[in-house]
Amino acid sequence: MAEAVREFTAIGTRPIRPDGVEKVTGKANFGADFSLPGMLYGKVLRSPYAHARVKGIDLSEAKAMEGVFSVITSADFPKENPSDMSCNILAREKVLYHGHALAAVAARSQSIAEEAINSIKVEYEVLQPVLSADAALAEDAPLVDENLRTNGDESFMPSNVAATVHYERGDVDKGFEKADYIVEEEYRIPSAHQGYIEPHACVADVNEKGRASVWCCTQGAFEVRNYISEVLQKKISDIKVTPSEIGGGFGGKTVVYVEPVAVRLSELAGRPVKMVMNREEVFRATGPCSATVCRVKVGANKDGIITAAKAWMAYEAGAFPGSPVTPGCMSIFAPYDLKNFVIDGLDVLVNKPKVAAYRAPGAPQSMHAMESAVDELARKLNMDPIDLRLKNAADEGTEAPYGPKYPAIGLVECLKAAKVHPNYVNKPAKDVGRGVAVGFWFNIGMQSSAEIWVAPNGAVTIMEGSPDIGGSRASMCLMAAETLGIPYDSINAVIGDTESTGFCNLTGGSRTTFATGLAVVRACEDVIAECKRRAAMTWDLDTEQVDWENGFAVPRPGVNIEAEPLSFAELAKTAGRTGGPLVGRASVNAQGAGACFSVNWTDVTVDRDTGKVDVQAFTAVQDAGRAIHPSYVEGQMQGGAVQGIGWALNEEYIYDDNGVLENASFLDYRIPVASDVPMIDCQIVEVPNPSHPYGVRGVGETPIVAPLAATANAVREVLGFRINDLPMSPPRVLEALDNAS
Amino acid sequence: MSKVHVELNVNGQPEEVLCEPQQSLLDLLRDELHLTGTKEGCGTGDCGACTVLMDERLVCSCLVLAPEANGKKVVTVEGIADQNGLHVVQQKLLEHAALQCGVCTPGFVVAAKALLDKNPDPDETTIRYWLAGNLCRCTGYDKIIRAVQDAAQELKATTTS
Repeated sequence: MAEAVREFTAIGTRPIRPDGVEKVTGKANFGADFSLPGMLYGKVLRSPYAHARVKGIDLSEAKAMEGVFSVITSADFPKENPSDMSCNILAREKVLYHGHALAAVAARSQSIAEEAINSIKVEYEVLQPVLSADAALAEDAPLVDENLRTNGDESFMPSNVAATVHYERGDVDKGFEKADYIVEEEYRIPSAHQGYIEPHACVADVNEKGRASVWCCTQGAFEVRNYISEVLQKKISDIKVTPSEIGGGFGGKTVVYVEPVAVRLSELAGRPVKMVMNREEVFRATGPCSATVCRVKVGANKDGIITAAKAWMAYEAGAFPGSPVTPGCMSIFAPYDLKNFVIDGLDVLVNKPKVAAYRAPGAPQSMHAMESAVDELARKLNMDPIDLRLKNAADEGTEAPYGPKYPAIGLVECLKAAKVHPNYVNKPAKDVGRGVAVGFWFNIGMQSSAEIWVAPNGAVTIMEGSPDIGGSRASMCLMAAETLGIPYDSINAVIGDTESTGFCNLTGGSRTTFATGLAVVRACEDVIAECKRRAAMTWDLDTEQVDWENGFAVPRPGVNIEAEPLSFAELAKTAGRTGGPLVGRASVNAQGAGACFSVNWTDVTVDRDTGKVDVQAFTAVQDAGRAIHPSYVEGQMQGGAVQGIGWALNEEYIYDDNGVLENASFLDYRIPVASDVPMIDCQIVEVPNPSHPYGVRGVGETPIVAPLAATANAVREVLGFRINDLPMSPPRVLEALDNAS
Repeated sequence: MSKVHVELNVNGQPEEVLCEPQQSLLDLLRDELHLTGTKEGCGTGDCGACTVLMDERLVCSCLVLAPEANGKKVVTVEGIADQNGLHVVQQKLLEHAALQCGVCTPGFVVAAKALLDKNPDPDETTIRYWLAGNLCRCTGYDKIIRAVQDAAQELKATTTS
């Protein structure tokens, strides 16, 4: 293929990330790597029951123990109107899931802290747990929260349904009348965990005047500051949060678990307190994603036009309201131009850990249902699955099922690119099944700020607040290099703490390269404006008579002056004489994040003796708007694909009848390892986002959406029948084979 | 509980440490020697983030009791680069953008270097199985495998030229 003409100098290149050396030599400091002199170790006591009333807690032995400095329960948190987060961090009257925290200690050593935790005596009245959406929705189901009324409506009786969601358009009954083919199925997916390799960790140090300093691994330092403030009712100006390097999050580090506990323990102990979760705690007590039940009915006429679609879904929220059922409902039909549809969703409480965001929260489950159903429609129609999707694909101007009209989006471009991709044109061998699915995520903008500081030698520091979870420093430096017209190597990006950089929302929603990137570009433009002003002063011109070209201030064409262009480096060197150091700043509340679509297909084999599914090949095509650093865009696509494959084939929370998680380790909750997967082939499609100066749209979340159904559709092709529920683990595949024979 | 005296060599340096008998080699490295490059992802030997070399064998340092390391030679991620700069495995991981969050990277660096020391010409399957004890949740392994393949090529080129 001919090399396209490059519009850009820096953007689209693949330089080494600025924080790279520290990360391959072990020098980068992650959450658990920070320590302070005199530091204590905090530990948490967790509930052995999934649902129980706490009748009494006896802390006396722990408090009297040599080496123990502070012991707390929820009684040591502010008493009035506790938030769900507060009650999740330390339980109040009831423990609501196995592993729910209800007391914490700080001690001189980890072993003393453990001994102290073990000495705490709790009297429980064990209650019947509610362990699935089905059980929670049953008549006479025990109530997780006796005061919960659906949608907060006091006219309803208490129930386990926290909220309902509804979208509709057109007339579905008439739409189904026009259908020649209808598929109607139910799909179930258990909870999966984000599975970041770094457990949650923090150090808190509260001084004698109540000022708290917190070091932690988080997707958003400013959010941590807000949460600590809410939970402990402390002023935000009394809390400073320094984000460490972060060892993965995928949505799971957008909330807090140990940080407010460590702050309170430190406050009472008068010493810094470090808390590091172990892996078992991460599995038992931090956000998995919702277990879901989705029912989909979809009809098409003989030409392959979808005439109507209907969906009902129940998302488990865990012990507190707030599953991502709304985005689940909003995304299920997002790739399609539908005239008639109805979508209903329920947010359901169960006695399991409170769910947290997980990469495209809500979308993988609901879209697995729709993309499986569309695959069955294609079979009934005897139509290529990409052709069927092209006939119904949303495009610019299509009214999204959730309301607004799409601006420029890249779904059709991705489908067309897939159709002619060599990996798609080459048909799979006998006994190899191929499955196709599309993925989607909304993406978000939100608030970011950035500063640019220019050193006298022309080197640039970008100060920003988005924790770098996947190479975003490199993207910031590339956008700055492009905008300023200076070399990438002369730029560094620094992630500030909450007192050294302006407010910035979390790294999440695929927003960082888009929104923080926008702030960086605007801050660079601020520096350029200043550079032009300084050059104009030097040349005795008006600022309007100066242009900025490829890193040089130049007199605007037609301005009659003999002047050598002034380079960025020269302007930086002389800044002391022309008005002081060069700095730029910008803050944005970025609008128009731009939806991101993808097409994935995979070729699989199934071992009929063991039930094991082997992924032979996987290809991801995705619209990046503009790939700033293509390697890190591919990295998102490849990582999301493998997470999705893991979810489709192996990963699930397995509970016993008492609500105890039976596989709370990486041995038993098995995420994909290197030998489980093939290379993940990527093709980046670029349909620029009109709301970003370089056309960026977020790419981080969409990649996990399509692999679930793509894998399920491939297994369907090999087996000759469909397994509706995930994961398609060896025992489940064997069972399905047994039932089929 | 009385402490145990442990003498070992870490990255070429002799070290003496007093540690609790139940402490792991990982705790000794991180908490006593402040070598925090070796990470704890699970504490049960399932994730490989704590991979180090002990007497030239790859081990999960979370599964080795600190007193067991007495008299042993340990190499951690901090001991892979030298005065000449990064090891080729480290350099190739960077060039291939083979890390995203980077918390699993120290384990991969130690494990991949050990592979190439033993087998200078591994095929893709060999690399995948050798690294199957190291979990990465970000990359899907693609770029890590390519980086190790590229490192092997480069090592071969430098030894034959």
